[in-house]
Amino acid sequence: MLDSIVRNHTLAVLVDNEAGVLARVIGLFSGRGYNIESLTVAEVDAEKKLSRITVVTKGTPMVIEQIKNQLGRLVPVHAVQDLTTDGPHVTRELALIKVKGNGENRVESLRLADVFRARAVDSTTHSFVFEMTGSTEKIDAFIELMRPLGLVEVSRTGAVAIRRGAVGFERGVSASNAATKSPLRKRKRVNA
Amino acid sequence: MSEAHELNGAEIVIKALADEGVDIIFGYPGGAVLPIYDAIFSQNQIRHILVRHEAGAIHAAEGYARSTGKVGALIVTSGPGATNTVTGLTDAMMDSIPIVCLTGQVATHLIGNDAFQEADTVGITRPCTKHNYLVRDVNDVGRIIHEAFYVARSGRPGPVVVDLPKDVQLATGRYTSVREATHRTYRPQIKGSPDKIEAAVAMIAAAKRPLFYTGGGVINSGRRASELLTEFVKLTGFPITNTLMGLGSFPGSDQQFLGMVGMHGFYEANLAMSECDVMIAVGARFDDRVTGRLNAFAKNSKKIHIDIDPSSINKNVSVDIGIVGDVGSVLDDMLKVWRKKCYKPDAKALKAWWGKIAGWRARECLRYRKSDDIIKPQFALERLYRHIKGRDAYITTEVGQHQMWAAQFLRFEEPNRWMTSGGLGTMGYGLPAAMGVQVAHPDSLVIDVAGEASILMNIQELSTIIQYRLPVKVFILNNHYMGMVRQWQELLHGGRYAETYMDALPDFVKLAEAFGAVGLRATAPGELDDVIEQMISTPHPVVADIVVDPDENCFPMISSGAAHYDMILGPEDKRPEVSAEGKMLV
Repeated sequence: MLDSIVRNHTLAVLVDNEAGVLARVIGLFSGRGYNIESLTVAEVDAEKKLSRITVVTKGTPMVIEQIKNQLGRLVPVHAVQDLTTDGPHVTRELALIKVKGNGENRVESLRLADVFRARAVDSTTHSFVFEMTGSTEKIDAFIELMRPLGLVEVSRTGAVAIRRGAVGFERGVSASNAATKSPLRKRKRVNA
Repeated sequence: MSEAHELNGAEIVIKALADEGVDIIFGYPGGAVLPIYDAIFSQNQIRHILVRHEAGAIHAAEGYARSTGKVGALIVTSGPGATNTVTGLTDAMMDSIPIVCLTGQVATHLIGNDAFQEADTVGITRPCTKHNYLVRDVNDVGRIIHEAFYVARSGRPGPVVVDLPKDVQLATGRYTSVREATHRTYRPQIKGSPDKIEAAVAMIAAAKRPLFYTGGGVINSGRRASELLTEFVKLTGFPITNTLMGLGSFPGSDQQFLGMVGMHGFYEANLAMSECDVMIAVGARFDDRVTGRLNAFAKNSKKIHIDIDPSSINKNVSVDIGIVGDVGSVLDDMLKVWRKKCYKPDAKALKAWWGKIAGWRARECLRYRKSDDIIKPQFALERLYRHIKGRDAYITTEVGQHQMWAAQFLRFEEPNRWMTSGGLGTMGYGLPAAMGVQVAHPDSLVIDVAGEASILMNIQELSTIIQYRLPVKVFILNNHYMGMVRQWQELLHGGRYAETYMDALPDFVKLAEAFGAVGLRATAPGELDDVIEQMISTPHPVVADIVVDPDENCFPMISSGAAHYDMILGPEDKRPEVSAEGKMLV
């Protein structure tokens, strides 16, 4: 049944950049037992004091619908967009990956970094810090390759995402009518 | 009037409250709110009611809010003052009660230093408020208080905390009037989608076995929503049931009313829920007390759900038509569609449906074994109802068996007359709530139907009641047990009554007298009418200790984990085996 399939969803949440707003969002996830796979936040409009939170979460369609509605209920939340269901979107992550090694391993790591279009942003005689952006899967793959070559540590931003095409956030599914517009709702009823 | 002259933060607080129409504020002073108390001292627009515990202040504000439809306000100090309101805030959150709670805070430069009476109030109250604020700038005080009132009463109502550091109260700044303070983002959807309303009305018109299932949302929407609901129910001739929170949104003595639904609801109401073909849920949230085991809940019905909170729709039960909007506005639109399209209910099908309901009603689910020697709690409430029927009465309750019996045996003809802690189930709610109701309605009869265990949780408020000469009546059904817990121990734990018997209870008559109230007692059925009569006619606070059967259980009952049609009607009913899953439920 489609109803019980758990899948990842990338949600974009536009919020007032005010004290405690991130705690509200995180508290909602922990308090109601939802998962956070990754979360990023930064101010996107200094004039309007708006921040954008990108959160990757997982759940059944009914749970995702609840998460969106619960987010929409928070007072400082302007809008919630489910990028996973609202058509094509681009997801990117940035990672800094530290690798230590000499000789063949060092050459191999540099060669692979070139293949993955990662840049060395710090070098010593026996280490590199690579910077790379890409999809979560691409970064996962690169990290796996670095592991046997002397992976030391990784720092990742988590996913940021945006919808493809000319349409901006305001035209997307806003929180207040998510319950009525989501294509998931229709699909769920068919399978109920 | 010129807004130009500067006020200090505390004066701005009082001005903002007055501009919001606050006439009563409940509170308890302390170091961190002294400037505000100074401002209260030098004005006479707002009356302050000094409670005996901050828990009492917030429940009183809840009682005030629920009986008037206005926002309840309270003020407490920092640290313990603020943390003592947490239960009440959670209670107001669960039952969607509009509250603005002002808390004192240590000066901004001390925040985070573990200063005396410092607590992270916004951190602690974040999950139990609709929204909260820490005010860091005196120029924000006016705007934030106006926003707090707006947020508390708009959409699905709830509690809002405004944390006010002492230096902000003392600093001088500019007042922002109500007019200037519009909220940036918060705009709840009021109007329902016209397409969905049309589809819903068509579904209602085609129903063969319809049922209105309505909750506290109708009451929160305002008196007009109850009128519209009543009009719609009368127009269609459909049966209606209320949740615990919804009692009074439709006249309780009307023939179309099936009684309360849910765990201790009426047999006919639960059976009708189970067998209806169209369920019209209005401002109700498919709470677990109503649905019973979810996978057995009303399986053969199409469901329409009207709620102002989108997250209520499809949360527990998936529905066919979910309409986001204010109940009053949506009902108004529905009635217009019904009339415009000249819909008529299916009279033949409806007659058959009412016939079926009559069969369930004939089971007389509230029947209990009468006694000449001992007061049955149900009998006490039957008699109480006989005495208050038709009077200008408000009822609050504590939590437990007495609460369920009160919901079963007392009938409410209009909204805002019934105040009970529904979602959170807070013992100790009833007495301070009754106090808040009485402050708002000084000439009305206000009765707290209580148990002897619950009443002790906020008994200190008797002192407040005496101070303000509030003629609150406390009607204690005293069975010496935490009755509902004992009942569950009997049904689920082999009758092992661990810690539910109170061996040393106070003499409630003397206790009442010690506070300065009138104490009365009834121990035999023959004394009951006199005691009730005396309680009602006494123009002072009264505590009536009604000594009832200690072993009586509250029926009917949907057993834990059972389907909602699977009700135990009385002690003689065979009790179904409680599943392992059922035992895990609360």
